[in-house]
Amino acid sequence: MTTPAKVENTVDSLLRLDRMPHIWCPGCGIGPAVGCFIRAIESSGLDPDKIALVSGIGCTGRVAGYVKLDSFHTTHGRALPFATGLNLANPELNVVVFSGDGDLLAIGGNHLIHAARRNIDMTVICLNNFNYGMTGGQMGPTTPLDARSNTSPYGNVEPPFNVPYLVAAAGATYVARWTVIHARPLEWAIAEALTKPGFSFIEVLGPCPTLYGRMNKMGRGLDSLHQYREKSVVRDGADPRDVAIVNDGPIIVGKFVDIDRPTFADRCKLVVERAQKKGK
Amino acid sequence: MNGDVACAEGAVSAGCRFFAGYPITPATEVAERMSERLPEVGGVYVQMEDEIASMNAVLGASWAGLKSMTATSGPGFSLMMENLGLGVMLETPCVLVNVQRAGPSTGLPTLVAQGDMMQARWGSHGSYEIIALVPSSPQDMFDLTITAFNLSERYRVPVLIMADEAVGHMSEKVVIPGIAPQDLIVRPRPKHRAGRYLPYEADGDLVPPMAIAGEGYRFHVTGLTHDERGYPTMTAEAQDRLVRRLTDKIRLNIDDILRYEEIATEDAEVVVCAYGITARIARLAVQQARGEGIRAGLLRLVVVWPFAENRIRELARQVRGFVVPEINYGQIVLEVERCAGGKARTLLVPHMGGGVHEPQTILEAIREAAQ
Repeated sequence: MTTPAKVENTVDSLLRLDRMPHIWCPGCGIGPAVGCFIRAIESSGLDPDKIALVSGIGCTGRVAGYVKLDSFHTTHGRALPFATGLNLANPELNVVVFSGDGDLLAIGGNHLIHAARRNIDMTVICLNNFNYGMTGGQMGPTTPLDARSNTSPYGNVEPPFNVPYLVAAAGATYVARWTVIHARPLEWAIAEALTKPGFSFIEVLGPCPTLYGRMNKMGRGLDSLHQYREKSVVRDGADPRDVAIVNDGPIIVGKFVDIDRPTFADRCKLVVERAQKKGK
Repeated sequence: MNGDVACAEGAVSAGCRFFAGYPITPATEVAERMSERLPEVGGVYVQMEDEIASMNAVLGASWAGLKSMTATSGPGFSLMMENLGLGVMLETPCVLVNVQRAGPSTGLPTLVAQGDMMQARWGSHGSYEIIALVPSSPQDMFDLTITAFNLSERYRVPVLIMADEAVGHMSEKVVIPGIAPQDLIVRPRPKHRAGRYLPYEADGDLVPPMAIAGEGYRFHVTGLTHDERGYPTMTAEAQDRLVRRLTDKIRLNIDDILRYEEIATEDAEVVVCAYGITARIARLAVQQARGEGIRAGLLRLVVVWPFAENRIRELARQVRGFVVPEINYGQIVLEVERCAGGKARTLLVPHMGGGVHEPQTILEAIREAAQ
């Protein structure tokens, strides 16, 4: 009998192992998404010393605390404007925002559309678990219609955002959606987003078996992953208008937007040139 | 130039290279001037979607190594309170200018008040100390903006410039001196090797050295209560240690931070304690009182927070009374009264805002206090 070759765990080198165990529940989708992020940093060849990671508040907001980069755990919804300041003050930094759907789309929704509109050079990884986990499973702007939560005990009355459509309409130059079972495509998408100038946004669907999954009788985390596999349809280049997540419909995944336009920092350079020419 | 423009010029002279803001009367001219001046010196002006975003962008820019600031007025100041707290918690040098107008709420957007003085001290949640400066003239707007950046870098704390509409919109001659590099303080910087640096390990002066993003330290900072490593630590002990240090780094350095001016206080029986535009009017009232034979003096607060407790306590042993004119219904007077400790009378001369005091109303209070 031969022992299998030891697989080198390179993810550990970018984790703060002195902070383990982490706070995430068994079956949570955040951990696998973080794994994809770290592997994407490695495969992109970027220097981790030049990456700044910013999170807001919530379960996904804790990502900044576990990844060994210059990392900022900010206030609820405010990761994007904080990251905007980092990027504009030092455009050489590769700025990543890793936060949750409630953080980025509810309290941070205004910042999201404006960061996309300005085309700030950053990568946003939005872990969508369809509810507020940290506070105990309340509905939010991504919770599907009629879904149960601790603040929608009779079913959610609000229609959710079609997230890729929202950010594409606001001006994002790269928009993709994957689930946490799409480990390789997700890793490749993050690597692509990290190396692409402009505002890149990746929606990552991940289970919350402790709260959203339990309240909606979706079983364990693994059962949600089976659901993702059964319901996911890869459709690169799909019109973002057509990728809304609707009850009993397919989950459209893939890369929806990949365009180029000048970033805010590019335009700032022009402004500096104009201002300095004026003085001469 | 007007006070708002002088403030922007002071910022540029202080080395500020990042401004994030949102237009609001009567602070807009600060933003307008910065949008013109910063590109000339290679800096960045960004107009954010609101004041919440502005404050955050300022913090982010500071962590990327630039001196950064924002300017606003009452309604925007309220929105900035959330992340002023984050600035305190992360110990982020930056400057926040509030050109005060009359409130509550939208109030009198184009007219003067000094109604945000207690908000400056207590506006964000939790226990903390803050530094707040109050200019009385456009020249002050220039000079104190430089002082604000220096104090902010020295103590790693957001510094507030609590101007008012009158000073912001008043046009006077402003002398712009040459600023030598040694006039500008730069935040304490780590000399550690990567892996040895603890972001919140402070030595005797309680101000830890500050790394910036991209230097290879791979540090973590959080708005949660944290230990020296910057790691969240959810215990009463960690909370005690952190809040004491954040507070004590200001309290124990109060002699270095405090600034005030005194006129004719040596023999005073009545001291008018005033700040901002009101201090200029109070000066006139003090002269008039002297003309009437009342030994009046003026204590003009330049740094309002931390408060000049010891000086007020000393004066309380000497004077019959304090007169506190302010364009609100009683804020700083509460501090004066607390420090006077019953040893001297304290008379408030309030003005609800929309205008400034008549010297006569302050003079009448001086007469009453002298009796």
